[in-house]
Amino acid sequence: MVTRSDLPLRVINSTPEAILKAKKRARRSFRQIRTENVFKRTLSIMGLVIIILVLGIMLTLIVQSLPSIKALGPKYLWSKVWDPVQDIYGAWPFLLGTLLSSFLALIISIPFSIAVAIFLGEYHPKGWLPNFLKNTVELIAAVPSVIYGFWGLAVLVPIVRSFESSIGVEPVGVGIFSSSLILAVMIIPYAASLGRSMINLVPSHLKEAAYGLGATRWEVIRSVVLPYTKSGLFAGILLSLGRALGETMAVTMVIGNTSLIPKSIFAPGNTMASVIANEFTEADKPVYLSALIELGLVLFLVTVVINLIGKKIIDRFTNE
Amino acid sequence: MQASHVKYRLGKSYGFQILTYILAFACVVPLIAILFFIIKAGVTKINWHFLVNIPKPVGETGGGIANALVGSILIIIVASVIAIPIGIMAGVYLSENRKSRLAYWCRLSTDILQGVPSIVIGIVAYFWLVKPLGKFSALSGSAALAMMMLPIVVRSTEETLKLLPDTLKEAALALGMPFHRVIFKVIIPVGISGILSGVMLSIARITGETAPLLFTAFGNPYLSTNLTQPMQSLPLLIFNYATSPYNEWHDLAWGASLILLLWVLFLNIFTKIVTRKWKVQL
Repeated sequence: MVTRSDLPLRVINSTPEAILKAKKRARRSFRQIRTENVFKRTLSIMGLVIIILVLGIMLTLIVQSLPSIKALGPKYLWSKVWDPVQDIYGAWPFLLGTLLSSFLALIISIPFSIAVAIFLGEYHPKGWLPNFLKNTVELIAAVPSVIYGFWGLAVLVPIVRSFESSIGVEPVGVGIFSSSLILAVMIIPYAASLGRSMINLVPSHLKEAAYGLGATRWEVIRSVVLPYTKSGLFAGILLSLGRALGETMAVTMVIGNTSLIPKSIFAPGNTMASVIANEFTEADKPVYLSALIELGLVLFLVTVVINLIGKKIIDRFTNE
Repeated sequence: MQASHVKYRLGKSYGFQILTYILAFACVVPLIAILFFIIKAGVTKINWHFLVNIPKPVGETGGGIANALVGSILIIIVASVIAIPIGIMAGVYLSENRKSRLAYWCRLSTDILQGVPSIVIGIVAYFWLVKPLGKFSALSGSAALAMMMLPIVVRSTEETLKLLPDTLKEAALALGMPFHRVIFKVIIPVGISGILSGVMLSIARITGETAPLLFTAFGNPYLSTNLTQPMQSLPLLIFNYATSPYNEWHDLAWGASLILLLWVLFLNIFTKIVTRKWKVQL
């Protein structure tokens, strides 16, 4: 029979000091648990902050553009005259300018960015030359847009001007065409780097099967690689478009800044972003200011939708 | 007939290969052209005098960009102080809670924030800080830039921490470390290279941003270190002076462009070297 005295001696020490010590230890554990909970909560709050920030941006834009939405109604977006002095507001010149310059830039840049993607993804995935090309293209995205604008103003605009006089258009230099050229350079990296990673994902057995059937390099690219990466390339182009729509400084500096409807792609114009940049601090009437903010709201919604569609396509593509 | 068709197909293949090469390397041309031109136009303007003086009024030669340099540095430091802690914490949150609903919305918001045009950020910062305070201030500029930094920091933190093996965290937790110490002493130190490269990229990105500063920091022809007053910054100075009709001001803008370009390229290349050395995937 085991008696209590046979057990190893583990008597609970109940001297006052020991109790105090145990209390202290318990308190420390509780404190630690509490800190842990506080820390976890702080982390979620930081996550929440970002959500609130985005909601706040949207709400601010909506609230501040309410006066103009009320006063001008939806026809604001397609009225053709912008004359703040006489209180006439129509956003069509800026919508048209934005669409023209962005899509022109997109059309110019697509062959280049897809060529870079094919070169890096298919022809030469490794080596110093492709590495150099990859890094250079990424640096294109790093150059600040105000520098593109300054360079465009000093170098590109004179070239465009002499080109315009040689084809018999009024030689202004600044205008939608110049800003499209600058934009085209600026958005190459987005579609190119995405396209490259998409082309890398093409399963090699598909390509090998095509080669085994006797296809040439081009035929493999044409009928295997491009169809397979179609949606990824499209997403890259969408992201470039989102960039081009929201680009402000470079465009503001070379587009010529007039609120008339552009007559051709060589004419000066204005985009939504550039008109905000130019006139925001000058807007003295509430409706004027709010009309500008409504442009910002449209810009915000359009770029958000484009970006989210692009991201969705990429997610689906990479998860397959 | 057969042989000639094969020859035609091969020729077409080579033709497209060469076309791809030409188009791909044509992309290098604009960057080289910009670099070359800015260096050529800017390098003669930069000297000690240029760095420590403020711009002279029109008509006088000389003058420098000290106010813009100081302003840029101050605005960026304040923006970093705001954005980096929030960004890293939110990134940790996203990598720790991959499935929760809050994380889903937070990820979506980060994506949205990354795509918001910079000019819209400027408008919002104007209504949040400039209008309530009644004046343009460097602080509001910093807040606008912080909003642009956030998504980059969050994303790079999340992507880096996601790649760490779970066993690392589990081992630390099994030793009885409290959660916050696991994060600060194990997870963040292991992923610090990726987090830091994200931070550097975001700083490189906001250094060149002009649009959010137009209605917030506003610009200031004098040297100012007061955060509640308008302040000049490099991109603002370039924009204002480049679009002015005076040659002296163009010269200042060229010098400032060169400094800005070198700084941004330095940050980018440095980050690239570091990420390659530490084998970080961004």
